Amino acid sequence: MTAEEEVVNGGAIEKPTLGARLLGANTFWIGLVLIALCVVFGVLEPTAFLTLFTVQTLLIETAVLLVLSVGMTFVIITGGIDLSVGSVLIFSGMVSAKAMEWVSGGSSTNAGWGVILFGLVVAIVAGTAWGILNGLLIAAAKIPPLIVTLGTLGAALGAASLLNNGSDIRTLPSTMRTTIGYGTSFGYVPNLVIVAVVLTLIGAWLLHTTVFGRHTFAVGSNAEAARRSGIGVTRHLTSIYTLTGALAGVAGFMSLAYFGSTTISAHSTDNLNAIAAVVMGGTSLFGGVGTVLGTVIGVFIPAVLKKGFNIIHVQDFWQMIAVGAVLIAAVWFDQQRRRSRNR
Amino acid sequence: MPVLEAHELVKHYGSVEALRGADFTVNAGEVVALIGDNGAGKSTLVKCLSGVEQPDSGQILFEGAPIRLESPVAARRLGIETVYQDLAVAPELDPAANLFLGREVRRSGLLGKLGMLDKAEMRRRATAEFARLGVTLQRIDVPIGSLSGGQRQSVAVARSVVWASKVVFMDEPTAALGVVQRERVLDVIRRVRDEGMAVVLISHNMPEVLAVADRVEVLRLGRRVARFTAAEATLADLVGAMTGALTQEETR
Repeated sequence: MTAEEEVVNGGAIEKPTLGARLLGANTFWIGLVLIALCVVFGVLEPTAFLTLFTVQTLLIETAVLLVLSVGMTFVIITGGIDLSVGSVLIFSGMVSAKAMEWVSGGSSTNAGWGVILFGLVVAIVAGTAWGILNGLLIAAAKIPPLIVTLGTLGAALGAASLLNNGSDIRTLPSTMRTTIGYGTSFGYVPNLVIVAVVLTLIGAWLLHTTVFGRHTFAVGSNAEAARRSGIGVTRHLTSIYTLTGALAGVAGFMSLAYFGSTTISAHSTDNLNAIAAVVMGGTSLFGGVGTVLGTVIGVFIPAVLKKGFNIIHVQDFWQMIAVGAVLIAAVWFDQQRRRSRNR
Repeated sequence: MPVLEAHELVKHYGSVEALRGADFTVNAGEVVALIGDNGAGKSTLVKCLSGVEQPDSGQILFEGAPIRLESPVAARRLGIETVYQDLAVAPELDPAANLFLGREVRRSGLLGKLGMLDKAEMRRRATAEFARLGVTLQRIDVPIGSLSGGQRQSVAVARSVVWASKVVFMDEPTAALGVVQRERVLDVIRRVRDEGMAVVLISHNMPEVLAVADRVEVLRLGRRVARFTAAEATLADLVGAMTGALTQEETR
């Protein structure tokens, strides 16, 4: 390289490199925040916070949200949003519960594994169907994701309520509840958590090491460039919303097993919690940037805050305020990063 | 021998006639500059010849045979690549990922069938290609958006050149560049031509056109109005043809 060119490039390259470091630091800092929270609560209430029971319930309570958030990570990396995941979760759970009742010929309380597996498949199919609908409306009909998923948020919840006249189904296979819902493996590990971890690992693998993941980043970074490079953007977007719907279906089944109810009214903020987790984890709302690891951290920060506040007897309304502040700070950092790059 | 020809292309956008029977020829192993005033139809012509748009009427010949370019992908399959004026790169991806965008290298065996990327191989090949084309990047693992405009442009040019085998269209490839980077891109253009490819250069910079092009074709109001051999043309000829003071080809 000539001395002259060093002058030409020298000034221009330094600052963006700083911006690029900030990007990496996003996940790093938010990870530090999580560790700091654990340390603080651990020091304040070592006998209550750092117990096997606390850790187990913390993990179980985040398992369903984690599965939703993995799907949401893909969606947000494409520059989209999915508000419908909570409703799709309820719909899938409801259809699944109905289907299990139907094949059991009444109450499914004593049903065996065949019926339970059938219920799982039904839940996944139901979630996938909403995902396909979202995907086609967004990618093919080119309606903004915010509007499409706001529409399916209402529609899926309404459809779920219609299926059982607005009331919950509480009779579910007891085998499903005791094994998937609150059973443990290897002595300590809740089965629900194992399911969530496996799905998260698959999601991380898909996003960070495969062609599918690479195209997801490309579509979110510059859809036009992706299209010109021969990537089927419409098809890719459709499959991402489909994937997210399928994960919401699985989450619906997990929720069914854990709560032993279709919990129609319990998931109205799941969508916002998932979006907050993903964004806190350093995934950019503007698309093109994000990690599954960041999302995992982003899921646990509100959960740890809530558990910790409960243990040290602080009203957990403070948790909502704290999470709101962290969320806004995370987006602000992301914007700063973009600005420093585009200068 | 002409590798790509256009005959009497017509293209409307609503009531606007962007091309009104435009002709164009480019031969293998030459740099043709396509020039014309704003609105002369240069960009539309390139879009038609690279599959982005389909002409309303007229004929496109590839190596002498009539073809239809349904999409940029169809054009790329024939070895026709385009460097777009608006820098179609994915700013959040690194240079290697951009170079291989849509053509990712997979791992061998089962992992590749599952869709796993061979990132190391792509990075290695990208480094080699950038070196071959004289593109210098301080780092190959940073998002391309954090590079300077010139380096971004160099990567965009390299991406097209690496994959092209017949024709490369370059729409204002040096517009955003400093002096040194501009020379680099012009060097790449000459190198590609010497490898036997056809290069179509769209530029507003007349000295640059005369410096690098072998031939010049001039568009005005959606038609080709003049053709020059660059060595014999003067700045005045080019400007005259662009503004309508000079017309070689009879209007139809």
